[in-house]
Amino acid sequence: MHELSIATNIVEFAEEFAHDHQATKINRIELEVGQLSGIVIDSLKFALEFAVENTVLEKAEIIITEIPGRFKCYNCQTEFDKSVWYTPCPSCQSMDSELLGGKEMQIKSIFID
Amino acid sequence: MCDTCGCNDPDSKITIRKPGEEHTHEHSHKHGHDHKYTHEHDHQHEHDQHSHQHEHTYSHEHDHDEHSHSHEHSHEHSSHEREHDHGHSHGKEIKVEHDILDKNNLLAERNRGYFEAKNIHAINLVSSPGSGKTTLLEKTISDLKKDIAFCVIEGDQQTMNDADRINATGAPVIQINTASGCHLDAAMVSEAAKKLNIADHSMLFIENVGNLVCPAMFDLGESHRVVIISVTEGDDKPLKYPYMFHSSDICIINKTDLLPYVDFDVEKAKMYALQVNHHLQFFELSAKTGQGMDAWYAWLKKVLV
Repeated sequence: MHELSIATNIVEFAEEFAHDHQATKINRIELEVGQLSGIVIDSLKFALEFAVENTVLEKAEIIITEIPGRFKCYNCQTEFDKSVWYTPCPSCQSMDSELLGGKEMQIKSIFID
Repeated sequence: MCDTCGCNDPDSKITIRKPGEEHTHEHSHKHGHDHKYTHEHDHQHEHDQHSHQHEHTYSHEHDHDEHSHSHEHSHEHSSHEREHDHGHSHGKEIKVEHDILDKNNLLAERNRGYFEAKNIHAINLVSSPGSGKTTLLEKTISDLKKDIAFCVIEGDQQTMNDADRINATGAPVIQINTASGCHLDAAMVSEAAKKLNIADHSMLFIENVGNLVCPAMFDLGESHRVVIISVTEGDDKPLKYPYMFHSSDICIINKTDLLPYVDFDVEKAKMYALQVNHHLQFFELSAKTGQGMDAWYAWLKKVLV
């Protein structure tokens, strides 16, 4: 359900952005969502359908890029991609790893006239 | 539409009140930023005027430079584009790199600074409904209130029940009812903390809405996040809800007095939780019988120093 909060945050930011740039509409917005961010992309898309109504984003093309979860093993320094938290290192099977990426939740770019 | 829960129900409003306080709807619009979007259809003009207040959420100078170019060209483009809409590019790209939870995170940092300045130690308690958060708080406050000044922010969708239970212990308490909302956010905690008027050098417990999913994403400005599971739940909860366990500092395994009657394997649960977050520190206890509470109390006293 929190995807609707996220969608509303995106719309709010877009409204402020459009106002500051004296744009009446946004043509395209690019988002990055990490696989470990806790956001279900399909739910976010669904929420955005409603959230953008009667806003500067109503006609915008919305591009969502999924960023894979990337880990680095503390034990053997191997870097590997996984979409779940509890993942053993593929080389040494250690569970102790550092998260390098995959928690992103960003508005990357906005396109206006 | 409500920013917190997305509801369109006009009766579903967030309320923040102390025990014994009349239920009014006065607070429903005090969330300013959160609800600004709600009123957009009716107050479009006002909204535009207000948005100047929020200019700092992304890099300005850079955008502004690009903006002035785009503005100069915009007259040509807009007339041109109407005729050639489909073949046209998407216009001018402006790099934003804006964290979507930025507003909540900024407010959470403000809360953190406020707590730090007043030497308030804030603990965010998260769990599924029914794992014993309120019982743990009642017991903790009753046993330690001579040593520590406690206060509590309670989060639930509805009712004052939890606030009334805490109120009976004598600790100052305020209840946030999130209506349809599934989590507390930094703005709610900011407002509740001000209204509660927390004394310096106290320990603030923030009991989040019972939910192992959504509250994981919302920093409230706490010093520590404590996740509670009870032995009547499955021992694989950490694997099923990894985000919450990953974002917590402490894991309390509650209702250990019931272990002889259930299939819960404590060691397995701890192993699963450590797979998700190898920094987790555990306390096994029963808030009902008091078994194992001493270690938890020792930790509370240690972090407050």
